[in-house]
Amino acid sequence: MNLVTLTVDGRPVTVPEGASVAAAVATVTGVFRRSVRGTPRGPYCGMGQCFECEVRIDGRISLACLARATPGAIITTDAGTL
Amino acid sequence: MPEHFDVLILGAGPAGLAAAEILARAGRTVGLVDEQAQPGGQFGRERIRQRPGRSGRKLLEWLQHRNGITYFPGHRVVDCDPHPALVTESTRGSTRLTGGALILAPGARELVLPFPGWTLPGVFCAGGLQALAKSGWPVRGRRIVLAGSGPLLVASAHTLRHEGAEILAIIEQAARGSVARFLAGLPTWPAKALQTLGYLPTWARIPYETGAFVAEALGEERLEAVRIVERGRTRIVPCDLLGTGFGLIPNVEAAARLGCVLTPTPHPSVRVDGLQATSLPGIYAAGEVTGIGGVERAQIEGAIAGYAAVGNLPKARALAPKLAHWARFGEAVNRHFALRDPLRALARPDTVICRCEDVTLGEIDSAGGQGSVKLLTRLGMGPCQGRICLAALAELRPGYGTVTGSQAARPPLFPARLGTLAGEPAPEPHP
Amino acid sequence: MNPHLIVIGGGIVGAALAATAAESEFGVTLIESALPSMGATGAGMGHLVVLDDALLALSARSLELWREIQDRAGTGYRNTGTIWIAETEADLPGLRQQSLDLAACAVASRLLDHRELHALEPELAHDLPGGLLVPGDATVYAPKAVAHLLDRARRAGGRLLLGQTVATLTEGGIRLAGGERLAGLVVVATGASVPRLLPELPITPRKGHLVVTERAATTIHHQLVEAGYLKGVHGTDEASVAMNVQPRPGGQLLIGSSRESGNCDPGVSDPLVARMLMRAFRFLPSLRERRAIRIWTGFRPATPDGLPYIGQVPGRPGVWAALGHEGLGITTALGTAELLVDLLRNRPTRLDPAPFDPARALFAS
Repeated sequence: MNLVTLTVDGRPVTVPEGASVAAAVATVTGVFRRSVRGTPRGPYCGMGQCFECEVRIDGRISLACLARATPGAIITTDAGTL
Repeated sequence: MPEHFDVLILGAGPAGLAAAEILARAGRTVGLVDEQAQPGGQFGRERIRQRPGRSGRKLLEWLQHRNGITYFPGHRVVDCDPHPALVTESTRGSTRLTGGALILAPGARELVLPFPGWTLPGVFCAGGLQALAKSGWPVRGRRIVLAGSGPLLVASAHTLRHEGAEILAIIEQAARGSVARFLAGLPTWPAKALQTLGYLPTWARIPYETGAFVAEALGEERLEAVRIVERGRTRIVPCDLLGTGFGLIPNVEAAARLGCVLTPTPHPSVRVDGLQATSLPGIYAAGEVTGIGGVERAQIEGAIAGYAAVGNLPKARALAPKLAHWARFGEAVNRHFALRDPLRALARPDTVICRCEDVTLGEIDSAGGQGSVKLLTRLGMGPCQGRICLAALAELRPGYGTVTGSQAARPPLFPARLGTLAGEPAPEPHP
Repeated sequence: MNPHLIVIGGGIVGAALAATAAESEFGVTLIESALPSMGATGAGMGHLVVLDDALLALSARSLELWREIQDRAGTGYRNTGTIWIAETEADLPGLRQQSLDLAACAVASRLLDHRELHALEPELAHDLPGGLLVPGDATVYAPKAVAHLLDRARRAGGRLLLGQTVATLTEGGIRLAGGERLAGLVVVATGASVPRLLPELPITPRKGHLVVTERAATTIHHQLVEAGYLKGVHGTDEASVAMNVQPRPGGQLLIGSSRESGNCDPGVSDPLVARMLMRAFRFLPSLRERRAIRIWTGFRPATPDGLPYIGQVPGRPGVWAALGHEGLGITTALGTAELLVDLLRNRPTRLDPAPFDPARALFAS
C-alpha cells in the first residue's frame, strides 16, 4: 500500500494512497468546523451534500469528503468557522 | 479535452455507466461527469485499503480507454441549461460542457430525521460512514451503532466490520414481522438473495434489534453514547460512532433547474416515460433520480436511456419487463421498511434542524404562523442549500413543505466560485 | 371611536404603515395575500441609504426614524455606512457634489482620497482613486424588520389577515375574495404585485438580481456602491448593472445589482448575472474566489417619474396610496408611513407631500 504525506493544521499526516482528505483530517481532529452558534461539527453525510466537512485545501475551500489526499497538500480546518 | 459531446451524462454511478457503455458501443461521443474521485457511484465505491477490485480496476481502465468516452471525475456540476450544457468545477477550475443530449443520473442522498444530538461529531449518515470508511476514515477498533431502517444498515455494518470496527448493534425501526416478510420475499430476486447471504456472517455476529430506534445521541464535543428505545424500554449504550439511515431521496436539483417536470411528492423525483425521457426534449433521467429502487433498477434505466438516446427504441422497449421486475424490489424495500411515526417526533424545540444556519425546530415552529419560515429563520439558506434540512422538514412538518418553493430551480446547484458564474476562464490551480 | 384603517400589502411599506397608524390611534387591519415580505421587501438588500436625488429629504427623515427604533437589533439593523466608489478621476466631481447635496439635508459625509479609501476597504482594486463615505447609512434584514413592525402593530391593537386577497375596493372599504366586506379608510401598499387594485397609477416592475456568498472571513465592512450607480438607477437602458456589495453579519456578502424594465420572468438570467459579477470584480477583484450559495431575482415597483405615490387617490374617496418606491422602499418605509399618517390625520406634515401626490399620474396623460 503506497502512502501519502500531507499537512493538517500544521501537523504532518500520512494516509494510504487514495484516502480522502476527510480521512487525513480525522487522524488529527474530529472537529472540522464550529457552527454559527459555536457547536462542534464533523463530517456527516460523507457524500458531498451536507457541507459539514468544509476545509481549506491549499487555501481553497473544499469538501474534505470528496477530495483525495495528495502529497504535500496543506489542509486547514478554519474554512467553515468564523 | 473536448467540450462538446453527442451525449452528456451527469453521474458515473450504475445508471450513468450503463448508459455510457451503450452509447460508446453505438459510436457516440460521451462526456461523463461525476463529482466523486472514482467511478461507480456510492454503490460501486471501493475500499482503498483493499487492492483495487477486479471490477473497479477494469471499470477505470475501460473508462480511460473506451473510445468515445471522456470521463470527468472530481467535477461538480454547479449549473446547467437545457440546450443542454453543464457548468462544472474541479480543482483544475471551471468548464462548460455541451451535448446533443443529456442523461441525468445523479443518484440519491440519504434522508435525515433529526433527533437530539444528531449534530455531534461522530454521528453520520449510515451510508456516509460506510463511504468515509472505504476512503480511509479511521474506524479500526471503534465501537459503532447503526440505526434507522433498511438493508443499507446491514451493508454498512458489513463494510465497517471489514475495516476493523466493532459493531455494537444494528437498531432497525421496522417491526420484526416486517423484516421477516421482506426476507421471505427475497427469492423473487435471486441476485439480492445472494447478496444478502454474503452479509450473513456480519448479520450473525451483530445484535440486530427490530422495532427499536436511537432516540438521542449524547456527548459534549463528540459522540459518547446513544439512547436506544426498544418497545418503551430505554437504555444508554456508550459508543464512538453512530451511523443513521432512514432511506434515500432523489437528487433532483439539476433536473429542477433545467425545468424537468417532477413528481408532486414530499421528496420529488423526475418524471420519465417508458424511454426514460423527461418532459424536456433530449433530456433523459435514469436511476435513483427517477425514484428509489436500487442498483439493478438503476442499471436497467441507464441502459434504456442509452438506447433511447441513440434511437434504438426496440432495444430500449425490450428492457421494460426487466425494469418492472426490479422496480418491484424497490417497492418491497420501501414498503417493508416504511418509517414509523415516533421517529418523526424525536426532535425537541432546541434540536437544530438546519445545520448550516443553526436553526432549531422551536424557531421554525414559532416562525410558522408569522410569515415565510425561510425568510424569518434563514432555514435552508446555508451552503447545503436546504438539501439536508428541507428534506427533513418535509418529514417532521409536512405543512411547511411549501417552503422549498422555487429555490431548487435557481442556480447555483452547489456553492460555486463567482468567477465560474461570471464565465471567466479557469483560475490557476492552487494559488 | 378610532377610525379604521385597512392596509393592503404586507411588505415593508404596509408593515410600517400598520405600526405607525396603530400607534397613532387608528384601528388597523393589514391584509396580505400571501405571507409578509414575499415581494420586493424579501428580495431586496435592506440597504438604508440616502440618495442625493428627489427622495433625499424622505430618505434622510426615514433614516432618523430607523435610528429611533428602540429594538433596532430586532430588525437586523447595522450601522455599516455606505462608501460611494469612484472608478476613475472623472467620478470625483460628482462625489463632491453629492457630498454638498447631502449636507444641505444635514446628512454627514466625508470625501476619501485614494489612501483613506484603501485603508478603510483594503479589498478594493488598487487603481480606484477615491470615494465618499456616508457614515449614517445602515443595513437591516428586511423580513425581520417587517416582523418587528407587524408585532408593534399587533401590540397596538392591530389585526393581521394573512393569506387573504382583496378582490375589489368598494365604497367605504374593501371586499375580500371570500366575499367578506370590511369598512374603513384604505391604503394600498401592494408594490409591484398583480393584479393591481389601482390601475390608474402606473407601476412597472423593474427586475433585479442578487447573489449571496457563503460565510467566510472578509475585510469588507461598509456597503460599497459604485459612483455610477445613480446613472443606472435613473437610466432607461434595457438592462444595466452596477456594483453594489453589502457585508452581512457572519461574513456573507450580498452582491448586486441589475436593473431590467419590461422583463416579468422571475428566472435568473445567467448572462446578466455574469455581467453583474464582472462589474463587481472591477471594484473587488477578490470576489472571484468567493463562492455563491444562492442567486435570486425580485421586482422593484417603479413609477414613470421615479417617485412613489403617497397620498389620496383622486376620484376614490377614502382610498390612499403608498406604493411605487422602486429600490428605496425599505429605506423610505418609515418616512412614508409618517407622512401618510399625518395626511390621514389631516395635520401638518414634516415633509412636502406634493412631489408624491398620486394625482400627478392621472393628469400626466
